[in-house]
Amino acid sequence: MNVVVCVKQIPDPNTPGKLDPQTKRLVREGVDLVLDPGDEHAVEAGLQLVEKDAGDVVVVSMGPPKALEAIRRALAMGANRGVLVTDAGLENSDALSTARALAAAIKEQKFDLVICGTESTDGSSGAVPAQLAELLGLPLLSFAKKLEVNDGKAVIDRQTDDGFDVVEAPLPAVVTVTGGINEARYPALRGIMQAKNKEVKQLGISELGLDGQAGKSALTQEVVEVVPAEARKAGEVIEDKGEGAKRIADFLQQIKVI
Amino acid sequence: MAGIWVYAESADGTAAPVVLELLTKARHLGETTAIALGPGASKAAAALGKYGAKTVYVHEDPAFRDVLASPAVDLLAGLIENEHPDLVLFGMTYDGRDVGSRLSARLGAALIANATDVARDGDGFKVVNPVFGGSVLVTTVPKSTAPALVLMRPKAITAEPEPSAGEPQVKKLSDPVDTSKPAARVLRREKEKAQGPKLEDASIIISGGRGLGAPENFKMLDELAGELGAAVGASRAVVDAGWKPYAFQIGQTGKTVKPSVYIAVGISGAMQHTVGMKGAKTIIAINKDPDAPIFKLADLGVIGDVHKVVPQLIQEVRSRKGK
Repeated sequence: MNVVVCVKQIPDPNTPGKLDPQTKRLVREGVDLVLDPGDEHAVEAGLQLVEKDAGDVVVVSMGPPKALEAIRRALAMGANRGVLVTDAGLENSDALSTARALAAAIKEQKFDLVICGTESTDGSSGAVPAQLAELLGLPLLSFAKKLEVNDGKAVIDRQTDDGFDVVEAPLPAVVTVTGGINEARYPALRGIMQAKNKEVKQLGISELGLDGQAGKSALTQEVVEVVPAEARKAGEVIEDKGEGAKRIADFLQQIKVI
Repeated sequence: MAGIWVYAESADGTAAPVVLELLTKARHLGETTAIALGPGASKAAAALGKYGAKTVYVHEDPAFRDVLASPAVDLLAGLIENEHPDLVLFGMTYDGRDVGSRLSARLGAALIANATDVARDGDGFKVVNPVFGGSVLVTTVPKSTAPALVLMRPKAITAEPEPSAGEPQVKKLSDPVDTSKPAARVLRREKEKAQGPKLEDASIIISGGRGLGAPENFKMLDELAGELGAAVGASRAVVDAGWKPYAFQIGQTGKTVKPSVYIAVGISGAMQHTVGMKGAKTIIAINKDPDAPIFKLADLGVIGDVHKVVPQLIQEVRSRKGK
């Protein structure tokens, strides 16, 4: 059982993100960058499958050279190898370019399953995994809150608005996992030390045969404006000294809810 | 003029609520066509017409219901290549997102997700989507030769029937569906029971987060909800922790709600949550952390212990209703 896990390095979600109004891009300078917490669940899901069976977990990412740190984090959790697609020409990539770059890197791997988070915590479009599945010509099992692999098939519990669907696909397949699927392990000191010596291959656009298909030269869209949304007017904040509930009830009465 | 297409997700002949929102937007942008797939699709056509579809393509093959995304992508790709619509709208739902995203890779088409508005811009379109929990609005212009695909957030548009709507022209499709490819198949569907009004429809929502301390403390929210006729929701943190099923989740992943009153209990107000609830008319927050970001959105914020304030609030509501 060989698993590829796609990961993304993002600004720490605990600190509010900023867009540069000039470049209309995410400000990365002076911001703590972390492995997307959603991707930690994808790495964990991959590790659990490989622990039950023999095989490798390969972590694939696209990003600036600094994104290597996010791959190292996944390696410290226990993944075996990493691939970083990095190229100045990939700056400002849209989702489709990102998917093409990841797909090209994944095609070079031997794999039974590709696991992704359902969406990145910063961009949240959630488009890349399905695009990846299409480019690889594979079925997509999306929004998995449970994943089992048996007899060459993957079966998931797929979240729905009012419960879940049990969905099955033959391997190889692409799966997206939700945060509820597992508790991601914390890297142990030994893992962190070992991660430093694990192989991480770096690839550019030309090496992947993607000239003209990914990055600046292949943009399908352009951001033309970035403006602050109209802020909600902040209301009254009081400290509860025993009358907090009364104040809420007054307020509910005032707006005729009770 | 090929106009605006709407991917009309429907189950057993009933269009998903977001589809009526998409049609309301679409008919203001151009002549609108809806595509309804799966058993019962024809039954949905009349409702789609009422909200502005002039033409409805229907295909009743059960594969559209039982196989994720691929059959719909195959069909849409063929239709789009023949008819060249200007724009295709999808709901930002589980299936809408899978279908739209796969289709964008198939066609090399621009895909803009999380959209809250679309407008004509010269010969093209401009699409607005909120980022960072809705604090920043980004406007994007699609540039692909293939028609742009836009995934719209539910509740971004208010669905309104078209006053002068006529009967739509229904075009039945019967092209064979290719089921030979490896695919993701639905084996069975499980429903998790929820009580009280549905979150999406509720005018009052009481939502709980980590600050409740333990799953059993949701009981007091259920009790308060009972008194107010409210629905109960939850933050992603508690859903991920397994305290509540996913059906309760409000936020970026999860449901977008627009009630008249939203009471956030022990919810810090992470961006992933606020994007799903900041459209509420009135927000009340109870949290022990004075720096919780939720207080920046709240019309009334109470810094205090939820385990004291909520039981007292239940008593207050009961005694005032008694009068």
